Amino acid sequence: MEAFLSNLMPNVADKSTEFWQAVVDTLLMTAWSGVFIFIIGLILGITLTLTKPGGIAPNAPVYQVVDKVVNLFRSIPFIILLAGVMPLSRLIMGTAIGMEGAIVPLVLGCSPFYSRQVESALATVDQGKIEAAQSMGLSTPGIVLRVYLKESIPALARGTTITIISLFGLVAMAGAVGGGGLGDFAIRYGHDRGQTDVTIAAIVAMVIIVTAVQLLGNAIARKSTH
Amino acid sequence: MVSLENVSKIYKTKNGDVEALRNVSLTVEKGEILGIVGFSGAGKSTLVRTINLLERPSEGRVVLNGTDLTSLPEKELRRQRRRIGMIFQQFELYDSRTVFQNIAFPLQYSGLSRQQIAEKVHRLLHLVSLEDREKMYPSELSGGQKQRVAIARALATDPEILLSDEATSALDPQATKSILSLLRKLNRTLGITIVLITHEMDVVREICDRVAVMEGGQIVETGRVFDIFSNPQAPITKNFVNTSMNMMKIEDLIAAGDPLVDIRSNQCIVRFTYPDRHGADRALVSEVSRKFNIDVNIFYGNIDYIASRPIGGLVSVMEGGRKNVLDAIDYIRSKNVRVEVLKRGSLFIESDAERCG
Repeated sequence: MEAFLSNLMPNVADKSTEFWQAVVDTLLMTAWSGVFIFIIGLILGITLTLTKPGGIAPNAPVYQVVDKVVNLFRSIPFIILLAGVMPLSRLIMGTAIGMEGAIVPLVLGCSPFYSRQVESALATVDQGKIEAAQSMGLSTPGIVLRVYLKESIPALARGTTITIISLFGLVAMAGAVGGGGLGDFAIRYGHDRGQTDVTIAAIVAMVIIVTAVQLLGNAIARKSTH
Repeated sequence: MVSLENVSKIYKTKNGDVEALRNVSLTVEKGEILGIVGFSGAGKSTLVRTINLLERPSEGRVVLNGTDLTSLPEKELRRQRRRIGMIFQQFELYDSRTVFQNIAFPLQYSGLSRQQIAEKVHRLLHLVSLEDREKMYPSELSGGQKQRVAIARALATDPEILLSDEATSALDPQATKSILSLLRKLNRTLGITIVLITHEMDVVREICDRVAVMEGGQIVETGRVFDIFSNPQAPITKNFVNTSMNMMKIEDLIAAGDPLVDIRSNQCIVRFTYPDRHGADRALVSEVSRKFNIDVNIFYGNIDYIASRPIGGLVSVMEGGRKNVLDAIDYIRSKNVRVEVLKRGSLFIESDAERCG
């Protein structure tokens, strides 16, 4: 098996340690930024849902500000954001390069996307169910936790899966400018040195990772749909 | 129990203000079933939502047992809402929760222990006859069963009043009947007051004690159900009563110019309504035909039951000399039977119309 692989992908076999490190880096960057994106996206998505006109805690100024900021960050191409937030990264993380340096642009680039996913997931909860909860005397936090979030778990699982998969794309890009990971690995060897088998190995690794995430997301959505 | 005092609700829209409720005052008595009827857009949904302040009135007060709900702070209002249960046309059960969890929903964080909650949920399941469904999810239930779960959930906080927003409108006739009789049972056994909005007069006559008729954001007529059915005043009320009583269908035929109701010049179509069962005791038809030398041909006769009281009546064609027919009508009226002349032949002139009523 090993002999077969080293014949098929000689350049990858040469640096198998580096390859596995790239896989681990990709997963680590996604996980670290993902945690922040998950929290920020949920908070923003819930804020948008509650404060929008006709929401259960309408607040035009808050809604307008959050809505506009989300749109603003969504319209900046990630590669530009990556360069643009370097000073901010240095301020927060102490560095603008490497894995630590990639977290800030990843969070800024992906949280707005995720907050829209959360917003549309929460919108799947019928207004009548919210009204029913109000009629039973629930407070706004109670409605968020016990109705909005609980009832939209299938939609949230789908939105989260989509976000994680698009986050892998951003992580690859962030890697290429110094964060490490599979994107960096593929560009450095596959592209710059013409080692096509490295590019292919990176693609195969990403396909496997993305498929696993998609299957997990589908399973959660299915299990939580009654 | 609950009174709405001069309640108005104005929605501000881009195309100007919309008045959903205009200066509505209404009192709900303890233990009654009050029906609110009206066509869609009449404001009945808004009205019922002002009772638990899901809709906050633009003006006026909502008073529950002496407490002005409109003046309460948010937290206290939420406490008061637990005394007002509500059920909906689309049930609004939580799909991610089982039947048991749905009914337990309003009981969580209410200070009851897990065991007390379980006992209460089982009692409620028994009350709505769904003991064997507690582990099922709403998607596995029929519409009627879903509404039963919703009723159990609404009753979990032991409310004194239950608001029903078109609760049977999404159900088939059989499920409608069973839900209505369940509501009736709850009203009788628990003494719970029910405010029910509907666009179906059949629902009103099935279970309501009193009815309020709405049109254009206002209550145009209120009364005991029997009185409303036997003697509707406002045009819209007559319209509603017609939809539910066979006796009234004749008017549709006349309006449509059906050949069945073509009459000769010396005939007129009349409807006799016996206001109580005693009116029907006498052989009035044969009596007047002998006495006034006229022919009375019965088109249709029926007894409708409204609020468990019969409303009897006949639709018939009277034929004879003009004076004889008019005298016969007067005579029947003197026997405490309501007579309406629905269509008259050319022999009966305009001035008779007054006498014919």
